[in-house]
Amino acid sequence: MSQLKYLVEKEFKQISRNAIIPKMIVLYPVLVLLIFPWAINFEVKNIKIHVVDNAKSAYSQRLINKIDASAYFILTDISSGYNAAIGDIERDKSDIILEIPVSFDTDMVKERHANVMISANAVNSTQGLLGNNYLTQIINDFSQELRTELFPAATLSNAPHIDVVTDFRYNKRLDYKSFMLPAFIVLMITLICGILPSLNIVIEKETGTIQQINATPVSKFNFILAKLIPYWIIGLIILTLSFFLTWIIYGLLPSGSFVTLYISAVIFLLGITGLGIIISNYSETLQQSMFLVMFFILIIILLSGMFTPISAMPGWAQVIAHANPLTYFIEIMRLVYLKGSSLSDLLRPLMWLAGFSVLFNTWAVLSYKKRG
Amino acid sequence: MEVIKVSNLTKKFGNFTAVDHISFDVRRGEIFGFLGANGAGKTTAMQMLCGISKPTSGKGTVAGYDILRENEKIKRNIGYMSQKFSLYEDLKVWENIRLFGGIYGMTDHEINEKTDELLYRLKFEKERNTMVKSLPLGWKQKLAFSVAIFHTPQIVFLDEPTGGVDPAMRRQFWEMIYEASDQGITVFVTTHYMDEAEYCNRVSIMVDGRIDALDTPQNLKEIYQAQNMDEVFRKLARKATRIEN
Repeated sequence: MSQLKYLVEKEFKQISRNAIIPKMIVLYPVLVLLIFPWAINFEVKNIKIHVVDNAKSAYSQRLINKIDASAYFILTDISSGYNAAIGDIERDKSDIILEIPVSFDTDMVKERHANVMISANAVNSTQGLLGNNYLTQIINDFSQELRTELFPAATLSNAPHIDVVTDFRYNKRLDYKSFMLPAFIVLMITLICGILPSLNIVIEKETGTIQQINATPVSKFNFILAKLIPYWIIGLIILTLSFFLTWIIYGLLPSGSFVTLYISAVIFLLGITGLGIIISNYSETLQQSMFLVMFFILIIILLSGMFTPISAMPGWAQVIAHANPLTYFIEIMRLVYLKGSSLSDLLRPLMWLAGFSVLFNTWAVLSYKKRG
Repeated sequence: MEVIKVSNLTKKFGNFTAVDHISFDVRRGEIFGFLGANGAGKTTAMQMLCGISKPTSGKGTVAGYDILRENEKIKRNIGYMSQKFSLYEDLKVWENIRLFGGIYGMTDHEINEKTDELLYRLKFEKERNTMVKSLPLGWKQKLAFSVAIFHTPQIVFLDEPTGGVDPAMRRQFWEMIYEASDQGITVFVTTHYMDEAEYCNRVSIMVDGRIDALDTPQNLKEIYQAQNMDEVFRKLARKATRIEN
């Protein structure tokens, strides 16, 4: 065991003398947490709407004003012909068309019912879908308003009437940032602690010092452990700094406990660093290991539910996502941050993480060859 | 008494036989020169003895331990200085010594004491805190050798330790080898310099993965009717058919 002390000491000296790594540990979380949450945002705003107002009535004007006042829409034009509107969409000047019929007012008053038509450009399907939903909401609101105005009595005596009230639990305002921030923290730890230990070992292969080490009685276990310990500590420093920054910048604190977060993080770190070592054991040069690391990191990030829900993935991709430690750690981070889950609620993802850690590290030690 | 015993040791890389059924013994305390042209298989043979390359076939013992099965036990009893510069360039002189001392199980106290003594003997005291990367090559090699025998192993393996080093420094280096030998450490050394071969107790000459000659420098010169080792080497190496790399 005393071997380990000297090896860990050596790793720390080398890391502290590295021109970039110590600075990265501080700068990376600051930059990622300052920039990413603003840039990577799935809310759809500023949808350009073209209204074909065939009615040109008081009510249609009120509806148009209501749409114009919404933050989601920019009113590009009001015309009286569908052809002009569709031309606008083709020229990319508008994203969505609302057509109000000639008989809008009379239908409203007499039939107590009017139809409007929405046509959305669904080339960007998210924007099309969300634009459609937002617009429907505004129109429903409007019809509710009119109903109370025109038929105050009728609303009371109306046949069974259901109002759907959606309560978004744990993230009331559907704030995209509070959903993504925990995931960005995971992203950073994955990048730093998955890539750096693997490069570190390959650099020793390239300079030839590893041959010297292999000719000594250093045990494989100690050698690998000494490579990993500094990165576990770096991972925890980054984690702590990120908790602090998300609180300072975004006012977001975990609803659950920090103890839960740290315990999960340690289990995750064991696994992800092990994965880095496995990659380094199979690469001879920095170039090879860089390529392999990037390949795997990209897959585990994209198939982790970080950006897109796993339930929306095709079956085969869901299988990969469930065999991905990142999936479970992101799940844990989000649950603790937003829902306040405790260790006992998180038993299933924690068991998965622990399983990956055991698997990766056993593989890492077994695939490290002291004798070629 | 033999400290290295090898018979029919062979290493193949695919179809290429780097080391071809070599057999020899090295006696305790001797300086054993392992000569051969570039690509003759010296480094590969040495790596098999040090337990960092697995023999394809053949058997042998180093320091009393089996080459095939007890390679990790061998490592406790040997020192190794590889052909590539083997110390950590981004560690200071004392930090390199401390690291390798610690790896061989020495205590902090032993390490500190021996480090002072070593730096004094090498007249390196001023360089204690120098980064190894800023030392001149000759000094690096002397330090690497000192680190390789810091834990007083039974055998030290040196792979072309004086490559690229100036003649004055080479001389000093060989003085260090003699000192180590006087302490009872067996020295197994590969070299290209035939004047260095004269300093060895016995030398073997490898040609195309085989050992073609093994004797004292004196006997070899008589057998091959040569003035010096250089001539012996030329006569033997002429038979080589293998092209470098």
